[in-house]
Amino acid sequence: MAKPLSPPKAKNPLLRTRVPANPPGLRSRAATGFSARAAEGILALQYCSACNAVSYPARDICANCWSDDLEWREIDSAGEILASTTLQSSTNVYFRERMPWRIGTIKLAVGAIVLAHLHVDVNTGDTVRVIARTDKSGQGVLMALPTKETPNMADDKAMRELTCDPKYRRVLVTDVRTETGQALTKALLAAGAKKVFLGVADDWKPFPGKAELESLENTEFVPLNVTLDGSVLEASKSIGAKVDILINTAQYVRPGSVMSRNGTVTAKDEMEVNYFGLHRLLQHFGPIMRSRAADGDNSAVAWVNMFSIYALSNWPAYGTASASQAAAYSLAQNARADFMGSGIKLINVLHGPLDDEWHQPLSPPKLTGNKMSGSIVAALQQGIELTFVGDIANDFKDRWREDPGVLERELAHNTHID
Amino acid sequence: MTVKRMSYEGVVAVAPVTVPYIRYSHQTAHWWLGKALKALSDATGLRSADIDGYCVSSFDLFPDTAVGLTQHLGLSPRWLDHIPMGGASGVVGLRRAARAVQSGDAEVVGCISADSNHVDAFRNMLTAFSRFSQDASFPYGSGGPNGNFALLTDAYMKTYGAKREDFGKICVAQRENALKFPHALMKKPLTLDQYMSARPIAEPIHLFDCVMPCAGAEGFLVMSEENAKAMNLPYANILSTIERHNAFTEDPIQLRGGWAVDKDDLWSMAGVQPSQAKFLQTYDDYPVISMMQFEDLGFCEKGEAPDFVRDNTLEVGGSFPHNTSGGQLSVGQAGAAGGYLGLTEGLRQITGQALGAQVENCDVGVVAGFGMINFDRGLCSAAAVLGSA
Repeated sequence: MAKPLSPPKAKNPLLRTRVPANPPGLRSRAATGFSARAAEGILALQYCSACNAVSYPARDICANCWSDDLEWREIDSAGEILASTTLQSSTNVYFRERMPWRIGTIKLAVGAIVLAHLHVDVNTGDTVRVIARTDKSGQGVLMALPTKETPNMADDKAMRELTCDPKYRRVLVTDVRTETGQALTKALLAAGAKKVFLGVADDWKPFPGKAELESLENTEFVPLNVTLDGSVLEASKSIGAKVDILINTAQYVRPGSVMSRNGTVTAKDEMEVNYFGLHRLLQHFGPIMRSRAADGDNSAVAWVNMFSIYALSNWPAYGTASASQAAAYSLAQNARADFMGSGIKLINVLHGPLDDEWHQPLSPPKLTGNKMSGSIVAALQQGIELTFVGDIANDFKDRWREDPGVLERELAHNTHID
Repeated sequence: MTVKRMSYEGVVAVAPVTVPYIRYSHQTAHWWLGKALKALSDATGLRSADIDGYCVSSFDLFPDTAVGLTQHLGLSPRWLDHIPMGGASGVVGLRRAARAVQSGDAEVVGCISADSNHVDAFRNMLTAFSRFSQDASFPYGSGGPNGNFALLTDAYMKTYGAKREDFGKICVAQRENALKFPHALMKKPLTLDQYMSARPIAEPIHLFDCVMPCAGAEGFLVMSEENAKAMNLPYANILSTIERHNAFTEDPIQLRGGWAVDKDDLWSMAGVQPSQAKFLQTYDDYPVISMMQFEDLGFCEKGEAPDFVRDNTLEVGGSFPHNTSGGQLSVGQAGAAGGYLGLTEGLRQITGQALGAQVENCDVGVVAGFGMINFDRGLCSAAAVLGSA
C-alpha cells in the first residue's frame, strides 16, 4: 500500500532549494512518437501495416517483414509482470535522489515485452494496467499500476513523479471572474490543494460569485491584471515562490472576423489578454517556478493553459480571437521548451466554445465551468500535457490531424453563426 | 546446412598478454591498446611490420575506430577488423582472425582489446550504449546493467530454483582462483557469509554479484602453426567456435543464450565431449550468466545449473575448474577487454603458462563470451573449444 503523503512542512529558509535533475531524456525520433502520445496519456505502440507485427522499442523498420510502414496504434493496457527489481543505486542523479526505485519486465497483452516503472502495490506475477506518461525529462515512459484503485494510490512516489496532482499543492488561478475560474477553485480544493490563490483584475469591480469565493477556506485573493506588466510583476513578487501550479484562466474573446470590424481595437484587446497576458505571466512566474521544480512534495509542477481549439485552425466567425489564441498556443510551445530541464509540465487544455455571454448565440454543445474545471483537474492528476475538452474539440482534433488543409477550407465555408 | 564447416587445422593462437588492470586511469583506450601491442611485441619479438592483420575491440575509442588506430599506432595492416561485441569480442575476434590466417589474407593477426576507465566514464558509456537501451531501458531508473540483470536473475531464480547461495558459490570459488592470479584487482578472500550479507544493489543482485569497472588491456596473436613452431611460441589449437546474435527472440525474458542454438555444432566440430573439457571460462558479468552457460553449452541440462553448482567444486583443482583467473568478478571488468579476459586465461591454461593456479593435464578447454545488453537481454553469444598442441 502506498504510504499516504503528509502535508509538507514549512520550508526551512536556511536550506538550499534542491536543483532539479532529470531522468535521461535522450530518445530516437521513432521513440519520440511514443512520447508525443504519452503526453496525451495515450498508450500506443507501433504496428506494421504490412504484417501487423507489434514493435517495441520503437523501430524504423519492421523486424518481422522489413516494411517501413509502421503506424502508432492505441493498445490494450493490460499486462503481466514477469520480473521485478528494486534498484538501490543509479548512475543518474535524478534517480539517485529517489532511491530505492522499482522497475519490472512486463509482458503486455498485445505481446510486446517492455520495461516499466512499478507502482508500490504491484509485484511479479501480477496482472497490471500499464500507462504511458511523460516523465520529468518530458519524454514518454511506461508505468505499471494495480488494475483496481488501491488506498492512497496517487501518493505512490513514482506515480507522483509522473503526475501533477494538486494534493497539498498551492495553485494560482489567474482570473476568477470567469465561471471556469470559480468552478476550478472549488474543484482544486476538493482535490486536496493546500491553497488556491485567486487572481482578480480591478478588484473594486464587483462580479458574480465573489461572495461565495470569499467564503471558501484556504483561498487568498491576489490582485492580478494580466494586461499590465506591473501588476503581474507585483503578484509574482508577493506569491511567485508559493505557486506550485499556475492555471491561466484569463481569456478575452469577441465574435467577429477581420473584415467585419473597423480598426484594431478589439484585436489588440484580445492579444493583450490572450497572447501578452500569457507572455507576462511566463516571464514573471515561469523562472521562479522553474527554480522550485524539485522542492519536495509541494514542488512547482505544472503550468496550465486554456486555449480555444480554434488556436489550431482559424474559425472566421471568431477570426481575430482565433488568431490571438494561435499566437498564444505558439508561445506555449516556446514555454514548454523553456520549462524543459526543470521537470515542470506545460499542460494545454484545448476546448470548444464555452457556455458564456460571448458564445451566447452558438448552438450547443457548449462547455460549462464545471466541465472545464473537471477536465483541468483530471489532466493534473493524471499528468497529461495535452487534453481536448468536449465533443467539439475532440471532433476538431480528429479532423485537424486527418487533414489540416481540408479542415481549413471547411472552416472558411462555415463562418456563419446559426 | 549444405556447406560443411572447415576446420581451423593449422591455425593457432599464441602469446596471451594482459596489461595489468587498475581501477581508474586517466589514459585513453588508444594508450591501453598501444600497451597491449607493446606487450605482444615483447612476448614474441615481432614488430609492427611483422603483424599484417589487426582485430580491435574497445568501447571507448570514439571518435576513432580501428581505422584511426592504425595511424595513431603506426600500423599498416592488409587486414583490419573492429569488433564491437562487448563480452563476445574475444572469441569472435579469434574466429575472424583464424579464418584470415587460414585463407592467407593475413599472416599474423594481432587481436587486442582495451578500455580505459576515467572517473565517470561508466556513466557516460551507459547513457548512449545503444539506441534501444537509450529509448526503452535507461530511462527506467538508470541502473545500467545491474537493473537488466536483476530482472533476468529474478526470473531465472523463480523458474529454475536457483538460490543466492548458488551464485555465491560461484563468486567465492572465483575469488579463491583470483587470490593466486597476480593481475586480479580483488586481493582479499571472500566468504559465503560476506557474499550473503553484502548490500543489495538491485535485488536479487547484491554487491559481490557485480563486476568492478576498471582499466586494462588484453591481447593475443593468431598465426599458422608452422610460424608458431618456427618462433618457438607455445600455442593453442582452435578445435571449434560458434557465434550467434539475437537468438530466441520469442523468449519473453532471457533465461538462455544463443549458445543453446549452436552447442551441437560446437561439440561435433571439436570432436570432443563436454566431459573432456578441463576448464570452462564463462563470461561472468553476473553469476547467473555463468549458470546459463553451464546449461546452454551442454555441461548440464537446462535448468540444472543450480544443482550442477551444488554438485561440483569450481576452483582450480576442483571437479569443474571455472574462471581460473578469477574472472571479471574478481579480476575486474576493463570494458571490452572483459570479453578477452576468459580467452587469454584459456590460452595460458592450455599452453601451460598460467600466471596463477595451473589446471593439470590441460588438453581441452572451453571459453565462452556474451555481450551487449541492447534493451532487455544480451544479444551476442560465442564460444570456442581450445586444444593443447
